Amino acid sequence: MNDLNDRTTTTTAAPVGGYPLWEVFVRARRGLNHVHAGSVHAPDADTALQHARDVYTRRAEGVSVWVVPSAAIVASDPDARDDWFEGSKPYRHPTFYTIPDEVGHL
Amino acid sequence: MEQSTFTTATTDGPTPAERFDQLIAAGEKIEPRDWMPEAYRRTMIRQIAQHAHSEVIGQQPEGNWITRAPSLRRKAILVAKVQDEAGHGLYLYSACETLGISRDELNELLHQGRQKYSSIFNYPTLSWADVGAIGWLVDGAAIANQVALTRTSYGPYARAMVRICKEESFHQRQGFEIMMTLARGSEAQRDMAQDALNRWWWPSLAMLGPPDEQSTHTEQSMQWGIKVETNDEIRQKFVDQTVPQAQFLGLTLPDPALAWNEERGHWDFGEIDWDAFWEVVRGNGPCNRERLAHKVKAWEDGAWVREAALAHAAKQDGRGLAATA
Repeated sequence: MNDLNDRTTTTTAAPVGGYPLWEVFVRARRGLNHVHAGSVHAPDADTALQHARDVYTRRAEGVSVWVVPSAAIVASDPDARDDWFEGSKPYRHPTFYTIPDEVGHL
Repeated sequence: MEQSTFTTATTDGPTPAERFDQLIAAGEKIEPRDWMPEAYRRTMIRQIAQHAHSEVIGQQPEGNWITRAPSLRRKAILVAKVQDEAGHGLYLYSACETLGISRDELNELLHQGRQKYSSIFNYPTLSWADVGAIGWLVDGAAIANQVALTRTSYGPYARAMVRICKEESFHQRQGFEIMMTLARGSEAQRDMAQDALNRWWWPSLAMLGPPDEQSTHTEQSMQWGIKVETNDEIRQKFVDQTVPQAQFLGLTLPDPALAWNEERGHWDFGEIDWDAFWEVVRGNGPCNRERLAHKVKAWEDGAWVREAALAHAAKQDGRGLAATA
């Protein structure tokens, strides 16, 4: 998501005089989430989808593609990263609890 | 989600139904926009919704002890655990919505009693030891079920299970740690731990669902890869892993029939009181009315907050719901 975050400070709207920007998400195979792959410029949704297919899945990298107008993405503020993603509380992790080995898997 | 009008022309291939069967047979996941039999969709909605509702209602029995946790450490842990349950409910509602049902509809179905949640949350938490017993046994049983479900055939459900299982591990360990502390404590603490175990053991076995020969959904669900292990298989696994843990604690499982079966390589255990289980499922457990009434009240009490948030969004220019509505 870093590249998305970083981009919001520069281009969230359609570039002046050009095609709007679309973010591309590819599902590598069934059972996996769509993952952000990059972006394309295109005049409309159908063309964006076609471009996304051509640009990001030329070697069968995916079985499904989403395109989303970049302007529709709301991203967290990179400067607020420390406040938003503070160190995780240790007791939320299983390793915080000492369970003797002989108890077996817990 | 919008379906693009740009679709690749297909040549003569399998019908959607044949394609669905092929995917299932190959152990592949079904994804939201795949064709699926209507009964598969309905079954999936019922099961994921019930699971989501269970996570949400499941906050109540443990939430009951947050203000009375015996130390700040225990309190922080319990808050984090209950917070996780809320989060797990949200992952599951989100997976359920990919099947074409809305969050509001799901809420409504729960509130009207037309969709269920796990029977286990209709029992009261009478002492602090119950928090330990729930983490150890109820979460232990839930994990046994959920680990199996990471291999379920519906993609969004399977992915939610992976995320949940990862987070769930601390729940069981913190519960066992509480039991360990009490079991090694004073006579009164030990008794409290034993009493909690006595009350939670049988409901924990029953929550894994009716025996295979009585389970109305098992056969079709196995065919569709929704279930990958049967209720009885999961129950046996849970018993096998839990018996040595109880022995380690020096506590006694309340089942005189419990015995190691050398031939089977498993623990034999006594008959579960299914009449009692069905009574709870039918709404007559100790806390059914209280749990649902509390949930409905929280929803109704929160109405003004939801309305205020929408009004605020409507006032914002170019932000929030107002921008897309």
